[in-house]
Amino acid sequence: MVTERIERETFIKAPIERVWALITEAQHLGRWFGDAGAEIDLRPGGAMVVRWAEHGASRGRVVAVEPHTRFSYRWAPFEDPGGEEPDEGNSTLVEFTLQPEGDATRLRVVESGFASLATSEEQRARNHEGNTKGWEHETDELRAYAEKVAI
Amino acid sequence: MRAPAEGVFAALADPTRWRVLNLLAERGEGTATSLAGELPVSRVAVVKHLAVLDRAGLVEGRREGREVRYTVRTEPLGETARWMARLAAQWDARLAAIKRLAEEDPNTQEIPR
Repeated sequence: MVTERIERETFIKAPIERVWALITEAQHLGRWFGDAGAEIDLRPGGAMVVRWAEHGASRGRVVAVEPHTRFSYRWAPFEDPGGEEPDEGNSTLVEFTLQPEGDATRLRVVESGFASLATSEEQRARNHEGNTKGWEHETDELRAYAEKVAI
Repeated sequence: MRAPAEGVFAALADPTRWRVLNLLAERGEGTATSLAGELPVSRVAVVKHLAVLDRAGLVEGRREGREVRYTVRTEPLGETARWMARLAAQWDARLAAIKRLAEEDPNTQEIPR
């Protein structure tokens, strides 16, 4: 079944404080997320901007901040929402959870809310040009994807 | 990157609709009556599921007499799967970058230990 969420996790050989700083501080967000800097007001409702040298910027809104445990925000994952506030109709929710494992950290990220994203007429028109060939190929692709996200 | 067709995720989130879609794919085509015969739900329920799938662009209906004959459209589904796979790959890259930054020698970095 197609899930409308992406779940990923990684094991990091570094203490939780260090990983927390990396995912929440502007100087770091501007490196691993964007590549041309970032701004963040780290509190629920705080504004966030992430910049890319080639793709412009994306605006976000901080949702939850629980130091060393949980950090979440909403953002538009594919298009600049163009001055609009990130809300449930134009953005997805990204949730990081951190768990200490000895001196190391397990970092998990879940991005969800794709089902409620609105799309353009043009995109819908393109989707309607589809045909019924290649079903097996598509389901294989889906299965491969589902297995990948089930990690 | 653009979002996939509106309603595709919602359409596929229901297990019965997923079954309807797979039956149509296996049989090549089907009507609400023929599908209801193979599923533990009423014809009326199948009609509703087909309407949701139709709105999401996942099936296409052709009226034949009193019945509508449905076939699967694979393109929106494939496009959605590819789109999600691309986003998932982006997260893999981002987590790898966080891991790399976190595991760098702290003495040469300004990241707090």
